[in-house]
Amino acid sequence: MSVSEDGPLVSITTKDACVDFPIFDAKSRSLKKTVMGMVGGNITTERKVPVIEALRDITLSLEHGARVGLVGHNGAGKSTLLRLLSGIYEPTRGVAEVRGRVAPVFDLGVGMDPEISGLENIVVRGLFLGMTRKQMEARVDDIADFTELGDFLRMPLRTYSTGMRIRLALGVVTSIDPEILLLDEGIGAVDAAFLEKSKKRLSELVERSGLLVFASHSDEFLRDLCDTGIWMEHGQIREHGDLEHVLAAYKNRTA
Amino acid sequence: MGTAAPAARSWRRAVDDLVAGWNQRELWGHLGWQDIRQRYRRSILGPIWITISMAVTALALGVLYAGLFGNDLSVQLPYVLVGFIVWAFISGCISEGSEVFTANEGLIRHLPAPLSVHVYRLLWRQILFFAHNLIVYVVMFLFFPQHLGWPSLMAFPAFALLVINGAWVALLLGIVTTRFRDLEPITQSVVQLLFFLTPIVWIYSDLLASANSSTAARARLVEFNPLLHFMEIIRAPMLGQPQHLRHWIVVLSITVVGWGLTMEALRRYRARVSYWV
Repeated sequence: MSVSEDGPLVSITTKDACVDFPIFDAKSRSLKKTVMGMVGGNITTERKVPVIEALRDITLSLEHGARVGLVGHNGAGKSTLLRLLSGIYEPTRGVAEVRGRVAPVFDLGVGMDPEISGLENIVVRGLFLGMTRKQMEARVDDIADFTELGDFLRMPLRTYSTGMRIRLALGVVTSIDPEILLLDEGIGAVDAAFLEKSKKRLSELVERSGLLVFASHSDEFLRDLCDTGIWMEHGQIREHGDLEHVLAAYKNRTA
Repeated sequence: MGTAAPAARSWRRAVDDLVAGWNQRELWGHLGWQDIRQRYRRSILGPIWITISMAVTALALGVLYAGLFGNDLSVQLPYVLVGFIVWAFISGCISEGSEVFTANEGLIRHLPAPLSVHVYRLLWRQILFFAHNLIVYVVMFLFFPQHLGWPSLMAFPAFALLVINGAWVALLLGIVTTRFRDLEPITQSVVQLLFFLTPIVWIYSDLLASANSSTAARARLVEFNPLLHFMEIIRAPMLGQPQHLRHWIVVLSITVVGWGLTMEALRRYRARVSYWV
């Protein structure tokens, strides 16, 4: 891997990157009527297998220190863009190059196992995020403090309430040292007092990270964490620039 | 530091996938263990159940087939037992290989990890199963001692070949079944069928030497079953029986051809798997 260890080389560059999803189980006939809906990418039917053009001509250059907020309505391609930037989807056309260790936080629960204890889950989740076992073991106390779960950490995860699970997941995610941090909303469903506490940790996490891309519907969160913005529409970048400017343009359009 | 990243469909990226996956040993090593402990969590005996169920199956079928074929139990039972232990590994690699990516859909879509991580995890889990089953093999020596000699050491390279082949089978099947989902149930039934076509409960050399010439002729057809050769290269040394070079030649050829095909598939379709899952 050409990923460099020295921090400043963190960057994401894409040029005319496209992400096309083949849909194998859809009948192409019934889809012909629904080309170009208001929601979602464009569906082409010329080929044998219908394809959803989830992203089109994405050209981006993000350097160390970038704090990018991602806005757009549902299905505009925000999550797909995050997956492109993380390297999960390699572009079907065009190029994308990611330098640096990526910590994607799209789903707080992914990689969590209900049958093993909270403590073990901390380690497993950390390994998934690119940390080593040693690093995670050093962080267990800090995470235990933050989550306020106490002795519950020794219990299997299946005994936890939804709120407790989110606390644990958030505790782990905010304890890592990412080079590239990609966040996808879904950080609600926590009680108010805890949210205040996690906000602080979240901004500390963002400060530690070399590069942030954050998709959210909450202007408040975006203003806290980001300085530039990208507005996605129909799988394309509609606006890219100063956050306030992008937010204003996005609001005008939807209002 | 290259100016441009290697193209998505280059050999370099396919090899990188295997290497980067190997470097994440800590992750798949942990997950492989967890898979095993998970299966027997909350049971008192835990993973020892793997050992026990293998012992029970081998004992029951050993006794049954010794009776059916009129063989001595001291011959039939060790044969069935070793056959079953090896079969558990082979069939595990094939049938779990056919769902190695589809079963990990969530991880593939949420975490940028090399594809090979999932394959290494599967192999590690199967090796751990194999190790648990070997306990039965060791215990067997108390009741039916086998005459092992230096040639028995060939069991080690034989097992290494089994693992190396398991890797390409899982990787190739994983990629193909992710695209064509019908192949998953097909693979499962083929594995079932192969169990009967591979000498596990019936003794190959006995049938070849059968007085009934049509039985012997039919037994010879089993040479076309590649699993026969995999079975023979490891079972013969484990039971201290004479070994034949041709089995090794067949297995080595399959290893080379299999990996060649798999690398080509990995080169072409590696980047597509996350789209297909």
